[in-house]
Amino acid sequence: MSAILAVCEQRDGTLRKVSHEVVTGARRIGEVEAVVCAAGPVQGADQLGRFGADKVVTLTNAAFAKYSPEGCAQAIAERAKTGGYGAVVFAASATGKDLAPRVAAKLGVGLVADCTDIAAEGGTILATRPVYAGKALLKVKVATKPAVLSLRPNVFTPVERPKAGGAETIAVNVAAGRVVVREIKAAEAGALDVAEAQIVISGGRGLKEPANFKVIEELARAFGGQAAVGASRAVVDAGWRAHADQVGQTGKTVSPTLYIAVGISGAIQHLAGMRTSKVIVAINKDKDAPIFKIADYGVVGDLFEVVPKLTEEIKKLHG
Amino acid sequence: MKIAVCIKRVPDSETRVKIGSDGKRIDEAGVKFVLNPYDEFAVEEALQRKEKAAAGEVAVICLGPAAAQETIRTALAMGADRAVLLQTDAIPADGFVTAQALAAELKTGGWDLILFGKMAIDDYNQQVGPMVAELLGLPCVTAVAHLEIDGTKGVAEREIEGGIEVVEFPLPAVLTVDKGLNEPRYPALKGIMAAKKKPLEVKPVQLPAGGIEVVALTPPPERKEGKIVGEGAGAVAELVRLLREEAKVL
Repeated sequence: MSAILAVCEQRDGTLRKVSHEVVTGARRIGEVEAVVCAAGPVQGADQLGRFGADKVVTLTNAAFAKYSPEGCAQAIAERAKTGGYGAVVFAASATGKDLAPRVAAKLGVGLVADCTDIAAEGGTILATRPVYAGKALLKVKVATKPAVLSLRPNVFTPVERPKAGGAETIAVNVAAGRVVVREIKAAEAGALDVAEAQIVISGGRGLKEPANFKVIEELARAFGGQAAVGASRAVVDAGWRAHADQVGQTGKTVSPTLYIAVGISGAIQHLAGMRTSKVIVAINKDKDAPIFKIADYGVVGDLFEVVPKLTEEIKKLHG
Repeated sequence: MKIAVCIKRVPDSETRVKIGSDGKRIDEAGVKFVLNPYDEFAVEEALQRKEKAAAGEVAVICLGPAAAQETIRTALAMGADRAVLLQTDAIPADGFVTAQALAAELKTGGWDLILFGKMAIDDYNQQVGPMVAELLGLPCVTAVAHLEIDGTKGVAEREIEGGIEVVEFPLPAVLTVDKGLNEPRYPALKGIMAAKKKPLEVKPVQLPAGGIEVVALTPPPERKEGKIVGEGAGAVAELVRLLREEAKVL
């Protein structure tokens, strides 16, 4: 297999952690050249060697201080064209989902999006990806040259596999972008995205009213900044929570280490969005709720008694 | 405002997926098909933009089987003016092939906006919109959750991890839209009756296979049977012990 181009991400000059997953995943199918678009040096890029990057290339342009959809697509596509790479691998993050199809189109090939497994067999890349929100897995053979893949966050657990990780910085020229990121409005300080958090605690209709989400938020806080708050479609449609928090087929598909479903009965479209979580806990007053069928651990009871008690216990562990 | 909306016919989100006998696609028997939920937001946005401008046209473009005419009628019933069905029995796994077919249809339209849902809830390919933009040389913003347009200037907001990206772009443009952009209308009876008479042009298309070949469609791995730890707050201590000692996640 020829070299793999692993497209990493930075924000405000710091490498995003999802890049470790991209390099780890890319390493499965070949020797890795990590590449990142930035305005200058990227803090943390020197760590990519630890995760298996043979080489780390920073493509610099003043326009890359913020994400430049068109500039980055041009720079990555040009890099991909020159190197004879077997594959170009992205994270299926918010940025990767935007960038990967642009690059694939410039290379004249399709994108294999949101992969949960990739392998190289006899020079051919095989990729597995959830479809129908995880109700089925689609395995595909990728004959495009190069293969363009994006990897679902939180699935390719970073594995240390030290390589040289030699750094190279190349100043690139790109056309002036028509699509310009003017600003990033930061979410509430410390708020994690449900798609990237290691722990997700989701609430549903069992919460009874929007203000009661505070019991979920308190539990999330008890995990000391590792947990994100999710929501079922019912409560998002009712306007209790933002769509960004929705887990399920018309929301996000998540694979955290620990998923805690609180007051969620478990409609099929919700189960589809969280069934790949490593450990699932369900708290619901209805012992026949479908959520208990896929939960590893269930507690039947009034969430307004169970969740605060759990918060107290978690605080003890982290305290 | 001349707006094209690209839509897709997909299985309803409550569908229980059954694998077909070839092991490569779903068994469609008994499956209810709907307009892709994200495309509803795209259709609604187009209608609102046209209504605001009090002029223009909303055309719906769909790549799919003959049965997708029903899906198209839903969009026409919402208020779209006309439709084109690029008819093919099989939508390829390679999204670039789909993008090429749509781009070929869209290239001569003189559109101010070309809208897509941010993804289809069946194949989760999440690529056709920005690929069409590349093929047509148009600017593109994906996963738009808020949109303002003033003349030929647009400002869109899109959700990213830990924040909202505010993006400026010029028209004409391709946008893919997210849930929450608007509140899609339900087709009224009058709209449903009118939709039957609106122009729907069917164009058969022959698509190349592309470079992505389906090997197998399989059910997701079964989760092993879980257990009910207990009832009420009294079960919490045992739950925490299991999470620490058995599952080792705390």
